[in-house]
Amino acid sequence: MNLTLKIWRQKDANDKGQMVDYNVTDISEHMSFLEMMDVLNEQLINTGDEPVAFDHDCREGICGMCSMYINGEAHGPDRNVTTCQLHMRMFKDGDTITIEPFRATAFPVIKDLVVDRTSFERIQQAGGFISVNTSGNTQDGNAIPIPKKDADDAMDAATCIGCGACVASCKNSSAMLFVGAKVSQYALLPQGRVEATERVQNMVAQMDLEGFGNCTNTGACEIECPKGISLENIARMNTEFMKASLKG
Amino acid sequence: MALDSKTPKGPLKDKWTSYKNNIDLVNPANKRNIDVIVVGTGLAGGSAAATLAELGYNVKAFAYQDSPRRAHSIAAQGGINAAKNYQGDGDSSYRLFYDTVKGGDYRSREANVHRLAEVSANIIDQCVAQGVPFARDYGGMLDNRSFGGVLVSRTFYAKGQTGQQLLLGAYSAMNRQIARGKIEMFNRHEMLDVVKVDGKARGIIARNLITGEIERHSAHAVVIATGGYGNVYFLSTNAMGSNATAAWKIHKKGAHFANPCYTQIHPTCIPRSGDYQSKLTLMSESLRNDGRIWVPKSMDDVMAIREGRKSPTELTENERDYYLERRYPAFGNLVPRDVASRAAKERCDAGYGVNKTGEAVYLDFKSAIDRYGKEQAKLKGINNPSEDKTYELGQAIVEAKYGNLFQMYNKIVDEDPYKTPMMIYPATHYTMGGVWVDYNLMTTVDGLYCIGEANFSDHGANRLGASALMQGLADGYFVLPYTIGDYLSKDIRTGKIPTDTKEFDEAEKEVTERINFFVNNNGSKSVDYFHKKLGKIMWEKVGMARNEKGLKEAMAEIKAVREDFWKEVKVPGTADEMNPELEKAGRVADFLELGELFAKDALNRNESCGGHFREESVELDGLQKGEAKRDDVNYAYVAAWEYKGEPADAVLHKEQLEFNDIELKQRSYK
Repeated sequence: MNLTLKIWRQKDANDKGQMVDYNVTDISEHMSFLEMMDVLNEQLINTGDEPVAFDHDCREGICGMCSMYINGEAHGPDRNVTTCQLHMRMFKDGDTITIEPFRATAFPVIKDLVVDRTSFERIQQAGGFISVNTSGNTQDGNAIPIPKKDADDAMDAATCIGCGACVASCKNSSAMLFVGAKVSQYALLPQGRVEATERVQNMVAQMDLEGFGNCTNTGACEIECPKGISLENIARMNTEFMKASLKG
Repeated sequence: MALDSKTPKGPLKDKWTSYKNNIDLVNPANKRNIDVIVVGTGLAGGSAAATLAELGYNVKAFAYQDSPRRAHSIAAQGGINAAKNYQGDGDSSYRLFYDTVKGGDYRSREANVHRLAEVSANIIDQCVAQGVPFARDYGGMLDNRSFGGVLVSRTFYAKGQTGQQLLLGAYSAMNRQIARGKIEMFNRHEMLDVVKVDGKARGIIARNLITGEIERHSAHAVVIATGGYGNVYFLSTNAMGSNATAAWKIHKKGAHFANPCYTQIHPTCIPRSGDYQSKLTLMSESLRNDGRIWVPKSMDDVMAIREGRKSPTELTENERDYYLERRYPAFGNLVPRDVASRAAKERCDAGYGVNKTGEAVYLDFKSAIDRYGKEQAKLKGINNPSEDKTYELGQAIVEAKYGNLFQMYNKIVDEDPYKTPMMIYPATHYTMGGVWVDYNLMTTVDGLYCIGEANFSDHGANRLGASALMQGLADGYFVLPYTIGDYLSKDIRTGKIPTDTKEFDEAEKEVTERINFFVNNNGSKSVDYFHKKLGKIMWEKVGMARNEKGLKEAMAEIKAVREDFWKEVKVPGTADEMNPELEKAGRVADFLELGELFAKDALNRNESCGGHFREESVELDGLQKGEAKRDDVNYAYVAAWEYKGEPADAVLHKEQLEFNDIELKQRSYK
């Protein structure tokens, strides 16, 4: 198929940036979206233009590196996939596809479609861990039985790949699905309860400091999340936060 | 110079304990004055960085991604082995040790493997304490699954995302230290050379991938944890950015590179669909527990299927060749990875491949769905269930076990694997070879360590499933923190290592000159053009089956591609900005050298062992006719190569392998 691409080009963080049109031809429906971008870049290199910079790495939907906003949706039109798993069969011959970076105050553009997500790192550093040393001198893994349901729910929250699609999809650029998932994983496990109060307070404080907005209960984040992280995690974080506030 | 593995004396089972009791330690006040650089933040590097920081060292960690959490350890699906014996099925450290040495076809170092097995149980405790949500059974206890090639159930897992969860555990431990200021994290940075002062590793040169700035970082020791070199094949299950640059640079500065030809080609990957393909996707080996692998018996059926005139489901049992069950009745579809991969290649080379490229075989779940369906019907008390009902019940079980993999296949191939059999083909997955290290995990350069997939030591010629995660975390959490302390205890009076010295000047100059060459070369061909050419040579001549003629050709061809690369490579953009093409150019330049050494090593090793199959070395008769033939008399050694300029001129050093606690046997799966 032949396609017209409208792609955000921005030389660096200080450049104003603009949409630029490109044409690609003979795109196979079996290609992944990023392979289509590879074809475009090869074409640009051969004609002496600068290729489009975009983040990607594992190309199997787990590293969370790829981050495009395609036709107004984070990771494009398919559900429960990252951009690297989006396939061209979702599009048809003659389509025009708009490709932008994830946009949020807390995700400044580095170049073209590459954004800076280190705000997520700082939120995790504020409390996204259990304070246990890695000496191996811990108790036996089976010493604390964990109900299967709790373990499974913690696992569901832990599948978050930290891509930032939730932020990009939210009209308030809220990171509450991301933070809620991490808070939930630890809140559901006995190992994480010890520090639950400080954890939720510190992580939420850092989230606010980074410039992420508040939740409006719209639910776009859940729909666009490539891993289907549930809104329940935001509710759980709010409960945890309330409990922590009451404790003072 | 003879290689000294520095393996401690004494009985195998006591070596690690007595080693720990006798090494020198660094007192806590002195640790504050010692810096350690860790390059790579996957399971090995991430766990090492966190642990070293906890101990009190000042750690600088480097990752090319925008976060340590994105390292490719994250893609491991199946699980992590540990000799916990929770199932009471007879597991022990010794059994795990034995299975690993045997699975590696007796080409690994006994003492290292035993240590790995000893610390394995502790890894699980550690990860549970960190909040890794391992699967639990209904009693709340940790669940296990079994994995290829072993007789016990010792694999711990977190859905199909074990690697991700373990990495997030190590990453959370890192975050705790980053918050304390004990780890300084350099995201989007790539190490481009190591700096040696008076023969010791004392720092690195790195490029900031956002600004293009070249930076100098000094330390008292340098740890390389940058993973394997599977992308030398262009197409592999590795991440796009996975590269051998750090490992290759240290090789050029004096670290020997061991057994490069030991590569694991994984049997259950999604086949290639066209020339545009950028990477291959692996599906967990656990699928072979229930899937049956086959191709049609008759060439007419093959053609009819390829041309779309026939569907594979129309073929009767008699028209199918379940070639693994036919060739290996004892193990059937559960033969080890190397055997399954070669058998698929054999059928496809004979013309029986079932897709347009001729490189695919079927993995069929029909029998499993029937079997589970009947079992469920009985459990639910349904007498004489209809075919549809049986199918529905069976499908639910298969979905519960492999649902995420089936969904992934469906998204990529656009076919429903519950209805038509999956198509699979082998792909490069893991590299057992790597930088040579001694028992301390130190390379042949003082103060330079190498851990995880990047080193060579534990898996011999073939790695067992669910052992990569185990090794990465063992090295990082429990082994390196001891061994590096012994070395650093001699460094407490050294003081901060300055970076304004001639050694740093020279290393930086070399790095800058190479970068400037790339951006100014204005050649006619893209980096990918050369990478694909290299990958094709590697796959065809240094792939699943190798012979003398092909390997000699490969060495000459790779050299020619390399020469053309340095003339004709075209890198757009500039050096002082984010420039992914420039990053790739440096990595491919290194692969073009590594590939030739790889072929040279394969040529030298005129035996078949593990993932390395030489067509000249097969059993000529008897039950094992046509199977791989190992040669313990002539090749029971580690081939460690010393850099001498051109890869073809590399000098071989042998570390003879001694097996005192295990009897060498032929692997038989018949």
